[in-house]
Amino acid sequence: MDEFLIRAAAGGIVISLVTGPLGCFVVWRRMAYFGATLAHAALLGVALGLALEINLYLGVLVTGILICVALYLLERKPDLTSDTLLGILAHSSLAIGLVLLSLLDGVRMDLTGYLFGDVLSIRMHDIYWLAAGATLTLGALRILWKPLLSMTVDEDLARVEGISVDKLRLVFLLLVSVAVAMAMQVVGLLLTVSLLILPAASARRMVSTPESMAAVSVVLGALCVILGLWASLAADTPAGPSIVVAGTVLFALSLTLPTKT
Amino acid sequence: MNLALTNTSSLLEVKSLHLSFGANKVLNNVDLCVTGAEIVTLIGPNGSGKTTLVRAALGLVNAQSGSIWRKPNLRIGYVPQSIKVDLALPLSVRRFVTLGPKVTAEDASQALEELQIRAMQDRPIQSLSGGEMRRVLLARALAQHPELLVLDEPTAGVDVGGQADLYALIEDLRSRHGCAVLLISHDLHLVMASTDRVVCLNRHVCCTGTPQDVAEHPEYLTLFGSQHKAQLALYTHHHDHHHDLHGDLQKNTDLGPNTTSATEHVHG
Repeated sequence: MDEFLIRAAAGGIVISLVTGPLGCFVVWRRMAYFGATLAHAALLGVALGLALEINLYLGVLVTGILICVALYLLERKPDLTSDTLLGILAHSSLAIGLVLLSLLDGVRMDLTGYLFGDVLSIRMHDIYWLAAGATLTLGALRILWKPLLSMTVDEDLARVEGISVDKLRLVFLLLVSVAVAMAMQVVGLLLTVSLLILPAASARRMVSTPESMAAVSVVLGALCVILGLWASLAADTPAGPSIVVAGTVLFALSLTLPTKT
Repeated sequence: MNLALTNTSSLLEVKSLHLSFGANKVLNNVDLCVTGAEIVTLIGPNGSGKTTLVRAALGLVNAQSGSIWRKPNLRIGYVPQSIKVDLALPLSVRRFVTLGPKVTAEDASQALEELQIRAMQDRPIQSLSGGEMRRVLLARALAQHPELLVLDEPTAGVDVGGQADLYALIEDLRSRHGCAVLLISHDLHLVMASTDRVVCLNRHVCCTGTPQDVAEHPEYLTLFGSQHKAQLALYTHHHDHHHDLHGDLQKNTDLGPNTTSATEHVHG
């Protein structure tokens, strides 16, 4: 097998380790739209990265963090729901990103790689970065698992029981933005959310504890990556979308399982 | 108030609390204090700020002015009216009870046992009825060995017979666990037997004292006068059957087939 395929698979599997458990929380906390917002804002990150001549994924990460902080602050003014706020943040940042890109002189860039991912061009040092990101997020998740779960079940109970819900929520948003920046490398910003929610949603009917759902999500995510890459090679289709299609097929299959609850 | 209780160390003190949501003044100069092992009941009509006061005391909502003091590291078992857990989260009743801070498997077992809900421990939390959920929430609170148990309308949705049982259970839990109880109720009559002190709230504290004192207080009578009579009428209707604590039987007796004969049919 070609080395670029092995690198692509390795990168994709590392990302699945993060998107599996975080995707579960995104599903449990009904935050798919937040993930989509981060993905939209990622284009602004790319533009900023180009303008400031820094690593583009760093640009994406920084923009994601800014979106988290903006959302965190806006949510304290309870006159608008987070749904509306996310819609504003998503499309404002996307539009600003597009305008900024058009203003950058001499940049004739191909957006396709950012929109749909470019997993086949992953290099070794990308994988090191992904592994570092995965270690960081998984470490944080391991420490924060119980309070995060408690907050997800009910924020008031968690607060009364002594959990700093506001801080924890911000930390969680930041973790998701790291995951989005990572997932974008594989499936591109338009499809990032699918890598978070498809494996988690497909795992739901197979499990009866939060932990097993996270674990099964990791396995299903890795399976999507491998199946998608294989299909992309066999049918000569783009890798990112093929991975998502594989995820969609797995999800459809999971619907044939009996409901556990 | 002559509380025949030995443990009178203060757990919770709210002083001159003012709280409003926008232009709507919800609490006006409210004081509240709970000491060890007493049962304090907050009563008041809808919109009188009972839940808001409790939520402010627990630090769940911010007040504009006033002070809220809680004993440092106070272990609070909070039982909200209900909670809604997303269906996508696989969570058994037992796991839910164990999720509280420092709750061991043994604590959880004991609490489930004490509330007689061991049989439902493996069921998904989302499958519970309102009454079942309330007992599971109570179990989660108890598993934390609380010093203060806070219950928001524990009897909402529980039928009349079940309500009396629930209050008896709360009193029983208080004596077994030695915890103080702060509870919200609509209904002075039901809590009378099992409460030490009543605080009657209508955005301000109308009156406070033993249930008997409050029942005769002019402000209480103005607030609850008509309702009071209606309830007395209702309570002359004794049940010839008994409901348990499940609260599954949520039908108001007025809606039952006995309604028309409520004052006529004879009970054993």
